[in-house]
Amino acid sequence: MYQYDDYDRALVFERVAQFRDQVERFMVGELSEEEFLPLRLQNGLYMQKHAYMLRVAIPYGTLGAGQMRTLASIARDYDRGYGHFTTRQNMQFNWIELAQVPDILERLAQVEMHAIQTSGNCVRNITTEAFAGVAADELIDPRPLAEILRQWSTINPEFLFLPRKFKIAICSAKQDRAAIMMHDIGLYLYPGSDGQMLLRVIVGGGLGRTPILGLQIREGLPWQHLLSYVEAVLRVYNRYGRRDNKYKARIKILVKALGIEAFAKEVEEEWQHLKDGPAQLTDVEYERVASAFVPPVYQALAGTNLDFGTRLTQNPAFARWVARNVQPHKVPGYVSVVLSTKPGIASPPGDVTAEQMDAVADWSEQFGFGEIRIAHEQNIVLPDVTKADLYALWCLACDQGLGCANIGLLTDIIACPGGDFCALANAKSIPIAQAIQGRFEDLDYLHDLGDISLNISGCMNACGHHHIGNIGILGVDKNGSEWYQITLGGAQGRNSALGKVIGPSFSAAEVPDVIERIIATFVRYRESEELFVDTVQRIGLEPFKERIYPKVLEASV
Amino acid sequence: MNNLLRLEEGLARIVTNDPWTLVRTLEGDLPTGPLVLPLAGWLTRRFEHNPARDAVWLGPDDEVESLKPWARLLPMIAVDFPSFRDGRGYSQAYLLRTRLGWTGELRAIGDVLRDQLSHMRQCGFDSFAVREDKSAEDALKGLAGMSVSYGRSVIEPRPLFRRR
Repeated sequence: MYQYDDYDRALVFERVAQFRDQVERFMVGELSEEEFLPLRLQNGLYMQKHAYMLRVAIPYGTLGAGQMRTLASIARDYDRGYGHFTTRQNMQFNWIELAQVPDILERLAQVEMHAIQTSGNCVRNITTEAFAGVAADELIDPRPLAEILRQWSTINPEFLFLPRKFKIAICSAKQDRAAIMMHDIGLYLYPGSDGQMLLRVIVGGGLGRTPILGLQIREGLPWQHLLSYVEAVLRVYNRYGRRDNKYKARIKILVKALGIEAFAKEVEEEWQHLKDGPAQLTDVEYERVASAFVPPVYQALAGTNLDFGTRLTQNPAFARWVARNVQPHKVPGYVSVVLSTKPGIASPPGDVTAEQMDAVADWSEQFGFGEIRIAHEQNIVLPDVTKADLYALWCLACDQGLGCANIGLLTDIIACPGGDFCALANAKSIPIAQAIQGRFEDLDYLHDLGDISLNISGCMNACGHHHIGNIGILGVDKNGSEWYQITLGGAQGRNSALGKVIGPSFSAAEVPDVIERIIATFVRYRESEELFVDTVQRIGLEPFKERIYPKVLEASV
Repeated sequence: MNNLLRLEEGLARIVTNDPWTLVRTLEGDLPTGPLVLPLAGWLTRRFEHNPARDAVWLGPDDEVESLKPWARLLPMIAVDFPSFRDGRGYSQAYLLRTRLGWTGELRAIGDVLRDQLSHMRQCGFDSFAVREDKSAEDALKGLAGMSVSYGRSVIEPRPLFRRR
């Protein structure tokens, strides 16, 4: 993991002092609500329905055991004993007192954490995939460049008041698990023919009100130009992005308005002034940062483990968990484990108690190298577990309610906090997630259905990434009541696709029935082990609509 | 135009004898004395008056590049922040300093507030017309900012990784 040096440490502590002063000035009325707003947002502080919410940055989803324990202590001391992992790999605390925020930030700074730019119209937390550095299909470890980008974008004075928020993701594996097509800038890192690291740059992706997949703007960009190129993109966006309408202010709208060729030309012209200048990255800097991400000292293990094999054959529940929640690892004898935060109706997706956080911190030390990842699917990853330890870890995880064998299945629902908390939401998300989870409790059946992603967003802002769920649910407001629009066929990864709306929206009470009909239609048309998303692709929406809206169809005949 | 902070040789001070008068619109009779004119007005008036007398201010929609032919003549350039949440002025300042090579006074006008002053300074502004209802003395505290900056800026073109 990246370790702070004196510069990094000074920056976070000075930032805490600065915000402490701003909070005090706001509380005595020296700063107006309007003046304070962007200051608190750039320190991760939102005003929600019932209280302030603090969003803590977990850079590229990586944290250490000590940092996780600090999050647990904050949940315990300043919140109601739990926190919520977001689709941007961050953690949100929902019940925060404004006056206590500087103390919370100070506690975070002590463990090299912060909440800088987790909100506001600036560059947000840089994300990558949860299995960076360990995934079997990885090309290059993307974390050093992610950290370099994190530093460069932190309090970069020119780009703190952009037209709108700006999200950057980087990935470098055969599978894209970082959803780079859905970002303002998506970076794909790959080795060139001579082994040099190259970047494919994608711009203008994003969900929200106008979901658009990103378009390629540059191929084969040598990594040394990463910062100057991103700077060029940001300067063009800062100058020309729309500011008259917040729903048309993302870079995707600018790219669409200009066309990708014209936009690329602007960026290229700007970049000509910057390339080969002081922003050009050096080998020394890369090595300095990369040295923080050298692989730990793994044991030399065989690929198979006898005891593990025996457990698998003797315990079907364990075998089922291994089949769903374990990912292949670069190193023989090791795997990465996904701990599901979606046990069903017991707890909302992404919510984790202080006790669970402490337990995860302990396991990361007991069964790994003290490192933990947060996946954008809101689950927790222990990246380095030996096969020999899997059974013991599974037993502990089950005791803590983190052992649900549902990764990638229908009940592994991605959901925003929704109308229960969020002031922006049109509708609630959590009760919908729980109603669906309650309807599909039979794990055998879920396993038979295979991979199905279901994403719920409480409003157009799409924090639950509903557009890229195989099944997407969007909360909409109709004359003051809550309705849900359903899309099918969305997908993330290399074959990213945006889901299509199946028809008129439903009341909350109808949603579980509708999902059941969708699944029943899938089961009827599915060919052997076909994936849900492939069936939707093959048969189109009509068979689903016929099953869901029979009365409407009858009436129209 | 008062309520002004100015950086001179790295030191910030409150300016009480600022000669400039900001002209927001060109309607009616213009005040006497050195004026800070909107770009369009400055371009029209430059034939009638000594162009070296009046300064120009840019709105966020104005192209920095349009000042290129006049950069040698201008006595001062101001950049307007109609709202402190409109960040275009930061890029304009960057471009004026680095692309146009402007070395004269660069003044932030409009919604200029204490908590953004250090960002403005880093982007190349060296004078700051603090919003009228705010205390210039108080705003002075915002100029220093933080001791660490990762990225590069006009006043420190080398990113931290080249200084580390």
